Amino acid sequence: MRQHADFERLERSALRRSRRLRAVTYVGLTIWALVVLFPFYWMVLTSLKSYGSYNSEHTPVFFTLSPTLENYWEAFTAVPLGGYLLNTLIFSVITTAIMVVVSTLAAYAFARLEFKGKNLLFALFLSMMMIPSELVVITNFVTITNLDLRNSFPGLILPSITSVFYIYLLKENFEQVPDELYRAAKVDGTSDLKYLWKVMIPICRPTLVTITILKIIECWNSYVWPRLITDNQAYFLVSNGIQEIRENGFGRENIPAMMAAVVVISVPLIVLFLIFRKKIMEGVSRGGMKG
Amino acid sequence: MNQKKAWLYLLPSLVLLGAFLVYPLIDVFIYSLEEGFNFASQTYFGVGTYNYQYVLHDPYFLQALKNTFILVIITVPVSTGLALVISTGLSSIRPLRQLYQTVYFLPYVTNTLAVGLVFMVLFQKTEYTDGLVNLVLAWFGQGPVDFINGPYWAKMFVLCFYTVWVVMPFKILVLTSALASVNPDYYKAARVDGTSRLRTFTRITLPMIAPMLVYLVITGFIGAFKAYSDAVALFGTDLNAAGMNTIVGYVYDMLYGSSGGYPSYASAAAILLFVIVLTITCINLLVSRRQHWT
Amino acid sequence: MKIRLENLTKRFPNRGKKARGEMTAVENLTFEIPDGTLVGLLGPSGCGKTTTLNMICGLEKPTSGQIFFGEEDVTALPPELRGVGMVFQNYALYPHLTVLQNILFPLENLKGEARPSREEMRRRALETAALVQIEELLDRRPKELSGGQQQRVAIARALVKMPRVLLLDEPLSNLDARLRLQTREEICKIQKKTGITTLFVTHDQEEAMSISDRIVVMKGGVLMQEGAPQQVYDDPASLFVSKFLGTPPINVFTGEVRQGKLLLDDQPVLDTPGVSDRAVWVGVRPEGFLPQADGPVQCALTRVEVLGRDVSIVCTHPASQNGAVRAIIRSEQEVDASAAQVRFALRPDKVFLFDRDSEVRIPVAGTGREAGQ
Repeated sequence: MRQHADFERLERSALRRSRRLRAVTYVGLTIWALVVLFPFYWMVLTSLKSYGSYNSEHTPVFFTLSPTLENYWEAFTAVPLGGYLLNTLIFSVITTAIMVVVSTLAAYAFARLEFKGKNLLFALFLSMMMIPSELVVITNFVTITNLDLRNSFPGLILPSITSVFYIYLLKENFEQVPDELYRAAKVDGTSDLKYLWKVMIPICRPTLVTITILKIIECWNSYVWPRLITDNQAYFLVSNGIQEIRENGFGRENIPAMMAAVVVISVPLIVLFLIFRKKIMEGVSRGGMKG
Repeated sequence: MNQKKAWLYLLPSLVLLGAFLVYPLIDVFIYSLEEGFNFASQTYFGVGTYNYQYVLHDPYFLQALKNTFILVIITVPVSTGLALVISTGLSSIRPLRQLYQTVYFLPYVTNTLAVGLVFMVLFQKTEYTDGLVNLVLAWFGQGPVDFINGPYWAKMFVLCFYTVWVVMPFKILVLTSALASVNPDYYKAARVDGTSRLRTFTRITLPMIAPMLVYLVITGFIGAFKAYSDAVALFGTDLNAAGMNTIVGYVYDMLYGSSGGYPSYASAAAILLFVIVLTITCINLLVSRRQHWT
Repeated sequence: MKIRLENLTKRFPNRGKKARGEMTAVENLTFEIPDGTLVGLLGPSGCGKTTTLNMICGLEKPTSGQIFFGEEDVTALPPELRGVGMVFQNYALYPHLTVLQNILFPLENLKGEARPSREEMRRRALETAALVQIEELLDRRPKELSGGQQQRVAIARALVKMPRVLLLDEPLSNLDARLRLQTREEICKIQKKTGITTLFVTHDQEEAMSISDRIVVMKGGVLMQEGAPQQVYDDPASLFVSKFLGTPPINVFTGEVRQGKLLLDDQPVLDTPGVSDRAVWVGVRPEGFLPQADGPVQCALTRVEVLGRDVSIVCTHPASQNGAVRAIIRSEQEVDASAAQVRFALRPDKVFLFDRDSEVRIPVAGTGREAGQ
């Protein structure tokens, strides 16, 4: 009987310990969540403070009683934020669209068609994944300059299209479609292009959606190449735009208006993320890399 | 017939990759060896290693090299360790897990330049205000520090902090899925044998996710060596003046901007970066080769 | 160590989003495992046998009921204090540790006085390795071993702590057919050598029948029958148990009892004294058919399969519930393979009657044992 009581005490203490551990876990996780969220909170908060009230706060205030949208108006009128957004949208959509078409064709060739040197070529493709963009950007800069394509959409888009990784991802996915379907289509006299369009693409739609979203995110955030290739504000993307706002800004150091611009730039991607959360996280964990 | 068709399908990507990936790769080596290259006239007057020597003796490059190494040495272990702690915590809870995961991933989908501006505002000390971080420091009786235009280590701290903030989503995501893929039978077996929590973690969990940790460390090294936009976001485009330039920043500055127009120096610096990254990756791979059971 | 389960019940909260409620995995389970026996816990998948095993081992807490090891109530004990060794279905060998390190692992968990010295640990690990005959594999890693070898390492790891009870979850399901025969004998041999009370879970009745001292048959979380394999086979308590045990499976017919006689397809085939008139299921073991020129059961012959030791007769009967009727007879009893018809008499001790609705066994006077539980 005594033994039994011992066990109960033992179990109670184990339970207490695991409860304490859980509490610590939640506290720790919440702290990191706050670290992640705080900059977002601060940018929204600051964007809602008026220029005057922000600058009169010697000690930062964690809330505002008189929120104003004037900074957003300022961001769209005093600097060409609307133009930056439009440029980025055009750049992202066109680049992504061409990327999807080009990658699909290449992946299809690797996955389904037979030709001499296929394996060698694919190995070469894979090894191209290792090439750091920093190495090739120099010559690309020279090439685009020599082609007189600086400050133009073709100059922005052309070197940004290809992504070996997405070709690889698509090829793997295409190969999972059973061979029998292809043979059946061949027997029925379906052309390769029609088979690709009518069978492969519908089956592999989830992967196509994933790479589309990932590419859009990549385009929306791209900074280095656009910075090198554009010096005319009319062709700035949001990343260069925000840097321009920071350095030459609103004619004066207008932090609330800057924050309003930051919110406007950040919102589209956050909305996209919240809609396609599962797809994005799955795609990234399969090998996406930041930058 | 079929052969030709296949090449037709491949043509667009081959042309693009050839023009913007393969040709530049070869060309960059050529550039780096052409001495006295003049961008306007596209001429040069010799071939040799002068560009490398110039870069290696350029104080700006040495500063960038030092900054980059400090950044790498601090952020890679810190972010990997922190991500390990957070994902372990994350996998041990059920309620609210999805919410935390979603929140933790947010930095991945934000514009580095834009959010960097928020960090600048949080850390900056101006004549109007000491900024939020200094307010918090004051609560602990610490004097105000200008993290953006002030002392070197203050600036380095912000850069490291922001870099960790930016790379965490990817690491947490990878480690959380690695932890989830460990067969629960191993934990059951450990429980039957009365293995303590700590021992279960060090002797079972860690070795099981070791391949993913190695992967994260290697990609972390590569990523941190290429740091650039985080620094620009915090300190502006003139990184040399701020003393916070990175190797990649040096390459771009040599290529373009007020100090630009020297593709040869840029090429030499880029190749030096590539060599460093390659060496470190090889060392990493050699060290982690011991786990041959995978 | 004797194991006793008393009214053991396990309910899981239903994880479905809409249907809130509980799922009962094990209901009111009571049985006893005598000291030093090898017991097979048998049932179709999803019958609650793995949950039962997990409760005995301490990985799951029962919703109600008690578990006794000997006279000690272990219901509330955590697994490590119960003194159980467990072998998992996929063996759960740590892939990054060598065989020796795997076997040492449980010993290294011990703390304080219970912790043996390094040399003692090594001695015990080697002893256990010798018991399961893997001494020459000690420096390999699990990946380099065959399925059967991994199985033995898992058993060694479970035994090295000298547990009071050994539990095995589907120990043979990951092995190919040839290894399965060999390994099940191996398990039986190890159990006899150590004399440790052993419970193993399986869905393969042949496996359970061949090596167990006793079997426990479960279905839908409920105990169906328990006993020595031969006894359960000869005396099934329900239609389910009779169908679940035996290869080839039992032949089931629809039948009727009228005035003390069993009728198949309205033909009287057997005397069933003491059974009231009713509709029944009739189970006839394949070896219960005796070819007889004037036998009462008339079947249309499909084919005769000569299996060497036995002859299997495949035929059809209008009242049969499982398509073909299969009868096993000895070779010397000749059957004309070219005939269209074959007639059998039935061995009364191989014929079981079950209630048409409840599927519970109906005792027939004068046919050996009374029906079980």
